[in-house]
Amino acid sequence: MSRQPGVRSSMVFLPRERLSALMDHLRSEGYRCLGPVVRDGAIQFASLAQADEFPIGWRDRQEKGSYALQAAGDARMFAFANGPQGLKPWLFAPRETLWRVDGRKAALAFEPAEVEDARLAVIGARSCDLAAMAIQDRHFLGGERPDGAYAARREGLFVVAVNCTHASATCFCASTGDGPATRDGFDIALTELDDGFVAASGSERGARALADLGLASAGDVREAEARARVAAAGAAQTRALPGRDLQAALFANLMHPRWDEVAGRCLSCGNCALVCPTCFCHCEREEVSGDGTSAEHYREWDSCFSEGHASIHGRQVRPDIRSRYRQWLTHKLGSWHDQFGRSGCVGCGRCITWCPVGIDITEEAAAVCGAATP
Amino acid sequence: MARLRVSVHKFSSCDGCQLALLNRVEEVMRLADRVEFVHFAELGYVDPDAPVDVAFVEGSVSTPEEEIRIRELRKNARTLVTIGACATAGGIQALRNLQTDGREWVAAIYPSPAYVSLLGASHAISRYVAVDLELWGCPVDSRQVFSAIHDLALGVRPLNPGDSVCATCKREANVCVLVAHGEPCMGPVTRSGCGALCPRFGRACYGCYGPSEQVNSVALTQRFASLGLGPEAIARRFLSINNAAGPFAEAGLRAKEPR
Repeated sequence: MSRQPGVRSSMVFLPRERLSALMDHLRSEGYRCLGPVVRDGAIQFASLAQADEFPIGWRDRQEKGSYALQAAGDARMFAFANGPQGLKPWLFAPRETLWRVDGRKAALAFEPAEVEDARLAVIGARSCDLAAMAIQDRHFLGGERPDGAYAARREGLFVVAVNCTHASATCFCASTGDGPATRDGFDIALTELDDGFVAASGSERGARALADLGLASAGDVREAEARARVAAAGAAQTRALPGRDLQAALFANLMHPRWDEVAGRCLSCGNCALVCPTCFCHCEREEVSGDGTSAEHYREWDSCFSEGHASIHGRQVRPDIRSRYRQWLTHKLGSWHDQFGRSGCVGCGRCITWCPVGIDITEEAAAVCGAATP
Repeated sequence: MARLRVSVHKFSSCDGCQLALLNRVEEVMRLADRVEFVHFAELGYVDPDAPVDVAFVEGSVSTPEEEIRIRELRKNARTLVTIGACATAGGIQALRNLQTDGREWVAAIYPSPAYVSLLGASHAISRYVAVDLELWGCPVDSRQVFSAIHDLALGVRPLNPGDSVCATCKREANVCVLVAHGEPCMGPVTRSGCGALCPRFGRACYGCYGPSEQVNSVALTQRFASLGLGPEAIARRFLSINNAAGPFAEAGLRAKEPR
């Protein structure tokens, strides 16, 4: 998985104060800029008007079931690991109208939902976000009937990735092979240093954007420092999955007592699946209009922890928390391999941080798979 | 197509759930060609004994008169829908069920308690008659009630998702108040439907929508304890508006027990 030769420009140096010039360039190309901002005590993606809205000088402290921000007082914009949600909500919308039906005429008239055609530039996507996007691309675009709304948003997405220079205690992308350095899926990739960013392009439009800014070469010293900082973020990770392909080990242990034990701790609230950047399950429902003449058919994020998910023709096939948690974990780390040729986990650690009771996927996988893992 | 005949009845309650309809009176007017309100005292229609297609019931059964009235009402309604925490789970007034003698409270409040005729406990409507659909919340959500009316007018079974408030928070991109702020949020065990109103404003959910479809109260109790809540504070989280709803009642009473 290497970049296309010829697409990648040599690395240039983007002084921190020129990040706003990059945003101006993207706006001139018709993109709305989206980036991390501090909001309600967490770093979240939101529309950005100016570069000073980035989380300047903020650090995140993530542990099992806890998340906190701390001010470091420096000029760093991306010295945190990740926020509660990655790119998923911006491509796979939490709620989306699929079609409408109008009952005013003699025959019911079905109309597909209009597909928005908006250009969005995300500044600050991480390697785990891009690895997850590659999986969601396969899910929504890979089959015979690509998803129209996802495809339109994906087409309009410009990605300015940031290579991680900080790992949180819940990060484990090094063990899944998805980070902390980005490999592909970006238009521009930045690595933050003390005085600015080492920038590389990953697409023609990314190269054009950097060329437009007239930046100087980063130079060997800065490039080496950027590589070292990203390598250090990988080395600093304290968690790991016990292997990249746990399918055989998990399915050999479907009756492991650990499933009962974790079911005692699991709230079955669905947070892990809903913050997971690769989970794509949804339900589809109807809503009748106020005057009763039309209805909207929509889909909405769902998870394998809900009653409806395992209710098949009125019969509940996963009636308890044990079977639901087991479904989530064995799909994510096991049967996902059959579906996508890889595990569904990109090591972002969100399911660990945002689980209200701090259940840790790496601990559970290790406990279930035991020493039998490759 | 014949209009759907609908009635709205009040039992022991504060009237707040009827406001879910009245606060959107323009939407009530737009129902006129499909829905006929036969009995809805707050809207001016009074005919409590008329047979109807759908009866909406607010309030719990807490007096002998209400017990008789709910049984009569059931005979007159093809479909019976409870609206709100009182009708669905007994309401805040079911706290008196936990007293050894509920009459003490009556005596403490009313100057002439002898005039107050009460059953021994305040119970959900489903304790006395069969209920076809239960809409939770204190109060119910207008959107959910209107959605149910639209669906019933079309002969469709209304949606009534029982997933957690957490699911709504994640769809709405609300920052988790439990994980990020250490708030004792009831969201993980509370059913959705409110639009995650409290967490959206940084406040912990207090469970007014009642238990979600799959509650693990033991795990949440342990989490609350790790946040520093004592047994009484934990019991109060569960024994609130939906104190008589099974999983919340169990959790609250368990928290109160000395270990």
